[in-house]
Amino acid sequence: MPDSLSAQSPPLKSPRVALFVTCLVDLHRPSVGFAALRLLEAAGCRVEVPRAQTCCGQPAYNSGDRATARDLARRILDALAGYDYVVAPSGSCAGMLRHHLPHLFDDDPNTRAKADAFAARVHELVSFLVDVRGVTHVEARYEGNVTYHDSCSGLREMGVKAQARTLLASVDGLTLKEMNEPETCCGFGGTFSVKYPEISVRMASDKTRDAASSGADTLLAGDLGCLLNIAGRAAREGRDIRVRHVAEVLAGMTEELPPIGAPTRVAKPGEGRK
Amino acid sequence: MNVDSPDFKRRAKRALDNASLQTALTATRGAFAARRAAAVAALPEFEALRDAAKAIKDHTLAHLDFYLETYAANVERAGGHVHWCSTADEAREAVLAICRGVDARTVTKGKSMISEEIALNDYLEANGVQPVETDLGEYILQLRHEAPSHIIAPAIHLNRDDWETAFRKAHTDRPADRRFAERRDIMVEAREELREKFLAADVGITGANFLIAETGSSVIVTNEGNGDLTQTLPKVHIVLASIEKVVPTLEDTTSLLRVLARSATGQDFSVYTTFSTGPRQEGDLDGPIDYHVILLDNGRSAMVGSEFQDMLRCIRCSACMNHCPVFFAVGGHSYGWVYPGPMGSVLTPALVGIERAGNLPNASTFCGKCESVCPVKIPLPNLMRHWREREFERHLAPPVVRANLALWAWFARHPAAYRLATRAASRAMALAARGRGAFRRLPFAGGWTGGRDFPAPEGETFFARYAREQRRKR
Ligand code: SF4
Repeated sequence: MPDSLSAQSPPLKSPRVALFVTCLVDLHRPSVGFAALRLLEAAGCRVEVPRAQTCCGQPAYNSGDRATARDLARRILDALAGYDYVVAPSGSCAGMLRHHLPHLFDDDPNTRAKADAFAARVHELVSFLVDVRGVTHVEARYEGNVTYHDSCSGLREMGVKAQARTLLASVDGLTLKEMNEPETCCGFGGTFSVKYPEISVRMASDKTRDAASSGADTLLAGDLGCLLNIAGRAAREGRDIRVRHVAEVLAGMTEELPPIGAPTRVAKPGEGRK
Repeated sequence: MNVDSPDFKRRAKRALDNASLQTALTATRGAFAARRAAAVAALPEFEALRDAAKAIKDHTLAHLDFYLETYAANVERAGGHVHWCSTADEAREAVLAICRGVDARTVTKGKSMISEEIALNDYLEANGVQPVETDLGEYILQLRHEAPSHIIAPAIHLNRDDWETAFRKAHTDRPADRRFAERRDIMVEAREELREKFLAADVGITGANFLIAETGSSVIVTNEGNGDLTQTLPKVHIVLASIEKVVPTLEDTTSLLRVLARSATGQDFSVYTTFSTGPRQEGDLDGPIDYHVILLDNGRSAMVGSEFQDMLRCIRCSACMNHCPVFFAVGGHSYGWVYPGPMGSVLTPALVGIERAGNLPNASTFCGKCESVCPVKIPLPNLMRHWREREFERHLAPPVVRANLALWAWFARHPAAYRLATRAASRAMALAARGRGAFRRLPFAGGWTGGRDFPAPEGETFFARYAREQRRKR
């Protein structure tokens, strides 16, 4: 569902944007958060990072723990109140805040109204840049053949599809190679990945196979969960494919930062990864 | 049918290691999706039709009692009989009583998932009535003593050589050196075998895709025509249907038919769409002397008015499983009961109890593909999540899972403590990785590292680095 709301209202000159970092980016790959900052600022936003944020609550929500999800949701509503937009470098966290969070308050009309107003301001990073800020190209360079995996929530809940490709097409040196079934789930699914590891790994293997046979040397996506899964599987299979968050490439950050799961220093002789 | 769903994990693992199953699944994977996509692309109003289909079903469910009573009255008016059965037992007994009433020795059967749900074949056989499946897929499953693994392509788990083997073993009076060069040869042989059975059967049993309230008709769609022979040749026709199959009018039925075949097989229309209304009337050239409808509840009425009511819109098109990556990884038998895939993961717990089917709604990544193709827009992932909520409320989730979740939730509620903990965790992991980029093995994370490396974190959390950079700027 692409965002009709934002398309209708005239773009603000320099909106106040809260960056919702997401717990995975905070913990695992902070550079994605900095890439988001860079991109948002380049798009004319005044970006702040509210300190009281932690996690969007999906681990609880998707485990059936509605009470905890609700409790976290209330805190999010407080922590991220008063901004023109809330932007997350993750389709799944943005989807949680946009589409699921309000329903946690179906039985509480006051909070529900507040949550609806909040949800309408939540965006996924890439689609925000293109659909709301009208960005059509970025200043970045990346030498490589890139394939883009459409992460499920980004695609089906936030309508991210063409926007990522539009911006990637503007990156110098980059060639886009579509893989077979780019819209098929990579098998991450949050706790699914450890509750049903064999199924999850099978799905990840299908994804790395499709990525490899596209002729790409790099796989990008907009959700760190998927990327950890795909990179982890590719590493185990010994596949020669670099895995990165799409924001790293769009922000021109790839020189500063090795791909996900890649060594950060040169191995000493005889100290192979395996 | 036995409920093997508690064993889902083990069954799924076995399925992943079963090379012949994987060959069969790979051969069909993608084909259903491609055909549906082509059919949808050719019909610009498909999205509007989905909304209309959903509205028809929602309206019917809101007045279910009324439409069921109307339907039943119209069946009786046409000379048929309706048997209201609240349990599988009652349904089985009703079928057997009808068979006994005409001293039936054999019954032919069209495809019916309700028959699977009430385990009818075993029951009839145990009581001296021989059922004969006439749908090609169901026919081979009967030869192999197997359950269907898909709701419209029951033998999707089999390869060509499985068919050959089963046919050679069963049809022993045919030349042993005959060849099955093409799929057609299999069909021809099955057709010949079935011909006499059609003629000899005393009773024909079919399922129903729709029950039409205003006319008292039942509707079946098939591509083989076996259903027509099953319901017109024998003296008695029994329709097995569950209560949510009822729709108000003929007009509604045609709307639903327009989305059904496209969603199922990508056809504009199934090859045979057959309406039957009561027994043979005066002047009719053929048709049964007796017409019975077994109307099964089996737990469905309890879903009405609950958070699972949406599931009763299902028209059993199978699009959800045809597009499900989990289904195509583990196959339908892993789900352990009648209904596999996303629709089964919602319906099975409702019909057999969440304590036995808890694995099914958990074995989903919530990728949402199923919901995006469902012709009646059932929010399948949301409904699976509701089952997880029921499980959580009833403390059915494993204690370790609950404990981990509680610990995480505490930190997530306390941002300051959370910052410290994540900072320490991130740094410790990065140090432990010693620049190698990923872990081959991790304590407490065997689930992850069994088949994947775990990429190492950068080492400093976002918030730590952000605070540092802000300080520097000042
Ligand atoms: S849930 Fe929807 S997609 Fe699945 S079988 Fe039922 S109607 Fe078809």
